[in-house]
Amino acid sequence: MSTLTNSTPIIETVGLRRTFKGRGEAVEAVAGVDLRVLAGDIFGFLGPNGAGKTTTLRILATLLPPTAGSARVAGFDVARQAREVRTRIGYVAQSGGSYREATGREELIIQGRLFGMSKADSSIRAAEILEALDLTDAADRTCGTYSGGMRRRLNIGIGMVHRPALLFLDEPTTGLDPQARARMWEEIRKLRETGTTVFLTTHYLEEADALCDRLAIIDHGKIVAEGSPSELKHDIAGDVVTIGVNGHADQVVKLLEAQPYVREACLEDGLVRLYVDSGEAAVPAVLRLLDAHGMAPSTMNLHRPSLDDVFLKKTGRSLRETAA
Amino acid sequence: MRSFRDTWLIYQRSLTLSLRNPVWVIMGIGQPILYLLLFGPLLTNIAKLPGFPPGGAFNVFVPGILVMTALFGSGYVGFSLCDEMREGVVERMRVTPMSRVAMLLGRSLRDVTLLEGQALILVILAIPFGLEINLGGVVVAFALLALVGLMMSPVSYTLALILKSEDSLAPVVNGVAVPLLLLSGVMLPMSFAPDWLQTVAKFNPLYHAVAAIRELFNGSYGDTEILIGVVILAVLAVVTISFGARSFSRAAA
Repeated sequence: MSTLTNSTPIIETVGLRRTFKGRGEAVEAVAGVDLRVLAGDIFGFLGPNGAGKTTTLRILATLLPPTAGSARVAGFDVARQAREVRTRIGYVAQSGGSYREATGREELIIQGRLFGMSKADSSIRAAEILEALDLTDAADRTCGTYSGGMRRRLNIGIGMVHRPALLFLDEPTTGLDPQARARMWEEIRKLRETGTTVFLTTHYLEEADALCDRLAIIDHGKIVAEGSPSELKHDIAGDVVTIGVNGHADQVVKLLEAQPYVREACLEDGLVRLYVDSGEAAVPAVLRLLDAHGMAPSTMNLHRPSLDDVFLKKTGRSLRETAA
Repeated sequence: MRSFRDTWLIYQRSLTLSLRNPVWVIMGIGQPILYLLLFGPLLTNIAKLPGFPPGGAFNVFVPGILVMTALFGSGYVGFSLCDEMREGVVERMRVTPMSRVAMLLGRSLRDVTLLEGQALILVILAIPFGLEINLGGVVVAFALLALVGLMMSPVSYTLALILKSEDSLAPVVNGVAVPLLLLSGVMLPMSFAPDWLQTVAKFNPLYHAVAAIRELFNGSYGDTEILIGVVILAVLAVVTISFGARSFSRAAA
């Protein structure tokens, strides 16, 4: 369906903003977002709850007009050419989309028909999707009887009926058990194989790490980092050394900060965290330094950076604390 | 063309879902049946008083009951929309190229269909009590009742899109429906009311709906009340439908 090549951005936003006027002051949920998503990627939008992920997604899916800035999705402007955008995208909200008193098959067929398909074509397509998502046995049961994972798969199926070039998934695995989550990841990877671009939001670091080709980290309505998971981990964090010290932690931080091989030192959960280029080189140097100052670490750990380190570095907070 | 097709698709879908779980449809007719059985007979003696409109007690009362069924039935249709919004159905459909008018009109026509079914049952039940009808009048009366539904349903859906939850919707609908009911002459004819109350009632479109349906049931086709009722209801239905359709295209649900 898509004529876009892999080097074309399928999403491009410039200075995207959205302000909500509450009772008191106006809240800027999206505060100037510039994004480029290439066709064919699984693009992750990572951030804590309330960071502006869903608002951005809703703007891109034509549900919410931006207060300022512009966004082109699948080659069209979301504000001025909403209808053109809608025919080319699929959107699966966090709230789902399937109605509990309708059957899975009914939901797929009506969705196809609302995209202009004939009754016959839509029925064939529905059967195809049910088969692909392993829902054929449940097809004629009402959605209310589905398990959480089945319902989520159906909702994605509903978003795919018209073979969109781009699929938006808002928190596709929130609330799923590990097994259902693994299954969902598998389905999302399959979408990429068929050439569909997937734009998903998540507050799970493991998910962004395991699934996404590229990702953007958003906090307080602004993008704080963007790149592939490995780029982000390498460029931003380097290796991480955590050191347990008994008392005088501030002193240790100050001391280590001054060392040329330390990019950054901070205190987190009573542990000193060091961001360094090479952990192997840094550990003996740190030990020697502390020893020279008559201090002995109680614990010392070296680990490769995770996206949480990236998040912590960029926002000063841990995503694990802020996630609900 | 697209709007017609989409309206038909949404109409079919909503009607199927309503009939699959008809608890609302049954509850919607339970109350008017109670009024018919337990309140209607009170009017037989009152009908002998001077000032009671022409026609028997039930010819005055049943048109009112039909309008009351339309008022409360259509008034609460927003509840089902709150439910659909919570499950993301409305949002999902708003990201399709479908017509926004169809989202409203498909559902409203479903409501009208159910309303007509309820009205038919009520009329048949009322005949043994002494309701005298002529077929032509009833057919036109049912068309007028459809206009009442088409005027009221969009109001309920628009409120649902704004308020988003049944808890907020219920008091608002009640707050609007009860004064409309009292000022429509459903329970007792407005001819018993003092002048000021009669004047206030004339601003209530449902008062004119009741008056027009009474004339139709009595076979007085030439009465100007019928024309007034049709014009007022048709104009208001167009207004509420256009307003409701705009709410569907804007809804941040």
